[in-house]
Amino acid sequence: MGLKVPFVTGYLTEHFGDDAFPTLEGYRAKGGYEAARKALGSMTPDEVIELMKTAGLQGRGGAGFVTGLKWSFMPKKGDKPRYIACNADESEPGSFKDRILLERGAHQMLEGILIGAWAMQAEKTFIYVRGEYAHPAACVQRAIDECYAAGILGANCLGTGFRHDVVLTRGAGAYICGEETGLLESLEGKKGQPRKKPPFPAEYGAFGMPTTVNNVETFSHVPHIVAKGADWFRGFGTEKSPGTTIFGVSGHVARPGLFELPLGTRLDEIVFQHAGGVPNGRKVKGVIPGGMSMPILPAGQLDVAMANEFLRERKTMLGTGGIMVMDDTTCMVRASCVITYFFRDESCGQCTQCREGTGWLHKLVTRIERGAGSIEDIEILADVTSKMEGQTICAFADAAAWPVQGMLRHFREDFELHVEHKKCPFPESFEL
Amino acid sequence: MVISDAAREKIRAEMAKYPKPEGALLAALHLVQKQTGHISGETAQEIADLFGIHPIRVMEVVTFYNMFYDEPQGRHHVHVCTNLPCSLRGARELLRGLEAHLGIEAGETTKDGRVTLAHEECLGACGYAPMLRVDETYHENLDLAAAKRILDELE
Ligand SMILES: Cc1cc2nc3c(=O)[nH]c(=O)nc-3n(C[C@H](O)[C@H](O)[C@H](O)COP(=O)(O)O)c2cc1C
Ligand code: SF4
Repeated sequence: MGLKVPFVTGYLTEHFGDDAFPTLEGYRAKGGYEAARKALGSMTPDEVIELMKTAGLQGRGGAGFVTGLKWSFMPKKGDKPRYIACNADESEPGSFKDRILLERGAHQMLEGILIGAWAMQAEKTFIYVRGEYAHPAACVQRAIDECYAAGILGANCLGTGFRHDVVLTRGAGAYICGEETGLLESLEGKKGQPRKKPPFPAEYGAFGMPTTVNNVETFSHVPHIVAKGADWFRGFGTEKSPGTTIFGVSGHVARPGLFELPLGTRLDEIVFQHAGGVPNGRKVKGVIPGGMSMPILPAGQLDVAMANEFLRERKTMLGTGGIMVMDDTTCMVRASCVITYFFRDESCGQCTQCREGTGWLHKLVTRIERGAGSIEDIEILADVTSKMEGQTICAFADAAAWPVQGMLRHFREDFELHVEHKKCPFPESFEL
Repeated sequence: MVISDAAREKIRAEMAKYPKPEGALLAALHLVQKQTGHISGETAQEIADLFGIHPIRVMEVVTFYNMFYDEPQGRHHVHVCTNLPCSLRGARELLRGLEAHLGIEAGETTKDGRVTLAHEECLGACGYAPMLRVDETYHENLDLAAAKRILDELE
């Protein structure tokens, strides 16, 4: 309710203020489904994949894998059905961009899915929407129904003879179902526990069939690339990270919300110009640049372009583009308590390093926050994070370890002050 | 029988959408729980029979996912997001205020069975914090007074 359209719009969101745009009629009035008509009517599947590779679109679900390349991994021949899974599980704390793409741009996403289905010759797509997104799911279901009624989906998509079906699946509250193989398990009606890889989903995916998993936003870019070409797309963003993305800014800023901007836009420009900077005469202390799994940057390092090739130099990543701003009242040990609580709660429990590690991280930071920690506890904290990395079935354990490493890298002093004072020395910080 | 014929019909329609009927298990649980409020052992047995699977498979799924309940709940779920973006903007004070208002702690249900209050992890409303979810509806950009009003209007 009361969902605000982005403060800054681009090609993905420019019509989101138009109340007709979520309907088929309104979408068509803006040229909707012309790109799908072009792809299905006049391009071969390989030509679409080549176009996507040339455009260089990177997945917007967090890992940033090149979409055209991922699509090319799907087996071409064979009598097995091929599937697509659209990842609308959006649960990374700090991320709230897919929600508006579902509520205001469901047809844009569906058109991208249909083009992807043609390129990979997939017969069915499962759109997996997180359970709490009841309203977004209803918006998507309405768009799917409109597509069937208009012959855009079903046995004869857009009159081309191509068959494609779309099924909406609702999750039920589990962060780990956003991990692509956790999602596949959940689609099969099971606990969302990630699978060992290999085999990768392109070989063994949903119901054992070749499957490609892409994020909501990733699909939403596709019709624009088909309609306007790879060169046009590469006109946005950086050489290595083309296109726009929807940044979500939250926390201590004057104008929290969504901003569609080219990749490579500087973080300080987003925080201070677009989001209005920190209110109440306060200063920035730190900024998490890409959703809670990504390591924090201190105030002095915000002069960085928001693209992975630059963020990596500062030991962090773009992730989902969820930017969390913390002002100088913030206790970073407290923030670490919230972060580690989340990961302890959401670990699926299959891997010892993750199940035990996330518990230890939370126990240690809580002890330090209470003033009962020692310098040795800080060492143990660092040690536990290093033992969680790269050891587990899925990247969740890394995602739990990285933010704590970031806190220790840039705000170790906060931890040491707690030990020294035997209590939290930040009385003005947000409450726990 | 706990599950109505109409619900069974809907569940069968969901099953037909998946390569294997079990793909519809989450959809079935959502549908049934909407009517029953929680998934009891008896309900799980009926669902298992519908899918031709062992009831333990059903309970395994019920206990894995946060949105399914194996115990009776209040008529309404009021969930306050307390993840970092919301906590930075006063979510914990909001939750405490609601605890005091209802006379219960997070995780508990009011004596009249009207409301189960809980805190929840990120709900994808980070730019509109603090917020709470009442059953399937989001309420955003709240202060305590507005949140109390929303609660007071619940049946
Ligand atoms: C713990 C974990 C949670 C994830 N959650 C999401 C999510 O909610 N949405 C999403 O699109 N991708 C999520 N991902 C990334 C997916 O595994 C996958 O890389 C992505 O959906 C692929 O789509 P893309 O190539 O279009 O980005 C998550 C990954 C991990 C390890
Ligand atoms: S790393 Fe954690 S979340 Fe991922 S499979 Fe292992 S236990 Fe589960």
